[in-house]
Amino acid sequence: MPKLYTGAEIVFKCLKDQSVEHIFGYPGGAVLPIYDELKNHTSIKHILVRHEQGAGHAAEGYARSSGKPGVVLVTSGPGATNVVTALTDAYMDSVPLVCISGQVPTHLIGTDAFQECDTTGITRPCTKHNWLVKDINDLSDIMHEAFKVATTGRPGPVLVDIPKDIQFAKTKYKKPKKEKKLNEKFNNKFSQKHIYQLIELIKKAKKPIIYSGGGVINSGPKASNELREFVELTGFPITSTLQGLGAYPGDDNQFLGMLGMHGTYEANNAMHDCDLLINIGARFDDRITGKIDEFSPNSKKVHIDIDPSSINKIIKVDLAIVGDVAKVISKINKTILKKKNGHSKSNKPNIAKWWEQIQKWRGKDSLNFVNSNDSIKPQHAVQRLYELTKDKDTYVTTEVGQHQMWAAQHYKFNKPNRWMTSGGLGTMGYGLPAAVGVQIAHPEKLVVDIAGEASVLMTMQEMSTAVQYNLPIKIFILNNQYMGMVRQWQELLHEKNYSESYSEALPDFLKMAEAYGCKGIKAENPSELDEKIQEMIDYKGPVIFDCHVDPNENCFPMIPSGKPHNQMILGPKDQEDNKIKGKGKALV
Amino acid sequence: MPKSKSAYSVPTKKGKSDTYIFVVWVDNEAGVLARVVGLFSGRGYNIESLAVAEVDAAKNISRITIVTTGTPQVIDQIKRQLTKLVPVHKVAEFKREDKNVIFKEMALFKIVGKKNKIQKCLNVCKKFDLVILDETKTSRVVQITALRREIDKISKKLKPHGLISASRTGAVAMTRGAKVFN
Repeated sequence: MPKLYTGAEIVFKCLKDQSVEHIFGYPGGAVLPIYDELKNHTSIKHILVRHEQGAGHAAEGYARSSGKPGVVLVTSGPGATNVVTALTDAYMDSVPLVCISGQVPTHLIGTDAFQECDTTGITRPCTKHNWLVKDINDLSDIMHEAFKVATTGRPGPVLVDIPKDIQFAKTKYKKPKKEKKLNEKFNNKFSQKHIYQLIELIKKAKKPIIYSGGGVINSGPKASNELREFVELTGFPITSTLQGLGAYPGDDNQFLGMLGMHGTYEANNAMHDCDLLINIGARFDDRITGKIDEFSPNSKKVHIDIDPSSINKIIKVDLAIVGDVAKVISKINKTILKKKNGHSKSNKPNIAKWWEQIQKWRGKDSLNFVNSNDSIKPQHAVQRLYELTKDKDTYVTTEVGQHQMWAAQHYKFNKPNRWMTSGGLGTMGYGLPAAVGVQIAHPEKLVVDIAGEASVLMTMQEMSTAVQYNLPIKIFILNNQYMGMVRQWQELLHEKNYSESYSEALPDFLKMAEAYGCKGIKAENPSELDEKIQEMIDYKGPVIFDCHVDPNENCFPMIPSGKPHNQMILGPKDQEDNKIKGKGKALV
Repeated sequence: MPKSKSAYSVPTKKGKSDTYIFVVWVDNEAGVLARVVGLFSGRGYNIESLAVAEVDAAKNISRITIVTTGTPQVIDQIKRQLTKLVPVHKVAEFKREDKNVIFKEMALFKIVGKKNKIQKCLNVCKKFDLVILDETKTSRVVQITALRREIDKISKKLKPHGLISASRTGAVAMTRGAKVFN
């Protein structure tokens, strides 16, 4: 007779078979049997967070920086509801998470028992799939299936809800089934015919642009290499979404910078004027497209995506290639190389004029800002941080708001998986716990959370986690005392009625750092900035860096809501030309 | 400069909406209907009618038939989203006008009144596979099967003649000929 295992043991056996090394969690009544089992499995390290949302974001940071699924363990009721924000965030940004939640015993389900909630009901719209395990014999299959669903196709979060009696019940353990080959066919629904069609379009293009997104990162490091080769082979300009930064080197000449609402002038104008748009692993998000009717009006559009439901969702495309980005681009590259061997004809001369035009747009220097000797400009702070950390293999997370956009604009990423930010859901409070997760996955690397003081206060309690595990994360707060992005919108669109966007009482971050048992550093003027940043980098332990920046600075360039790509505001001066009063100094 | 104070773009012109019928094969498991229906409500799609029942007990398969309206782009999106759900096996969609597909709905009517009024009602229903399920001196319960709009019309007609209660199913669909959906 085969050995019988308890549900809790089966959970760990599954985690081991799925090569899980870290789980982020918080104990409670309904998961105690699983926590009890933890001591018997030394290969799996549990990271105790201070709030379940932190566990979720930490697992996201872990997953995004390592390519492995993040695992979260929470209790029933409030444990599960607290993790909903992180699950939704992961769903929007396609991050593979496996969340295991405890549930009240099966006989109590539906009775409003203590710490009971309809977890699978609540998380249904924010997971790829979820399961309530009602029979112990289903547990191993469901656990393996959960990892499969989370990591295959377009990745995303899943949740397995396990009632307490199931954690105690005993049954046989089932190993995961091997079905690798099948997956590949399932994901790649394109044929060589599609590739030829794309090559035809590439040949004819006079004003092409490549627009790459988070799908390239999710597809793995190979996809980034293939993308780089593709860009080199074609000589085409490339722009990237927020999530895609790092897939292509940020300091390369063919890279036009980020596009979209706070993207560069050259990237957005190129998107608007192009005649061939190749979308690789992006989803035509509304922050990218601006006004749909006037989005890239004269281009043939190609969309490469692993998720068939992304095709034609927002923008109708002329050619859709459904497949794994790495696979598709590798096929394209091979086909181009083969053709070139025949008659080594390149269309680079065809697009010389296009590059001239792009250089003209570049001349606007849309990310420029007027620096100051009296106060630290936030853009300057990010630039200095970049200059002082670029020689290290630095991982950057962010919160959400102005600082996030400045980080995206001024920090240049050269490798994939180095940039973790909440793009789709825009979750303030993402960056600090995400940094915890990144540092767990990469203990020797420098991990910086570029933060805003409002965002970081939302999940500040996770500093306690960082201190407990001695994770040397650096929380680089651009402190402008405002919810900066809210203030900016109020300035531009609500007649400077700064309704509730100013934080009248902020904590003293130095004392806070001290209270948590980590190091606090404060910088108030530009002359001391470099020295202080260096001090932060050199310190072997977690740091809260309170960087006081100009509170009136706005994030430019910007496409106002409902406008097409070619109607950007470049800076305060441009704003005045457009008959809207603006405070601050000229940017252009 | 922007007049819109929204952080989002303004709605653009919508295309023409048409009625479509979706047929969805799903694993017959707890919560599967909630997933399908939740997808519609969560993404703002409309459900006009819904019919669901197990069709293959051995394979544990249920068949859900959903009548919905939308522009071709929305319909395409509904199909792609449905296909993504884990317990969904396959999805087929048809325009209501599709001549190769049979759509049927069933209705039960309770008619109460004098003999001649009841007779009038029965005459109206005659053409639609009328079955009399229950009969008393003053009432009838009848069953008809027809298209949605036909049932709409009949019930409107019967109202003044003693129709006091109506119960209707959602549409079910089947292709004509030997071909099956795939």
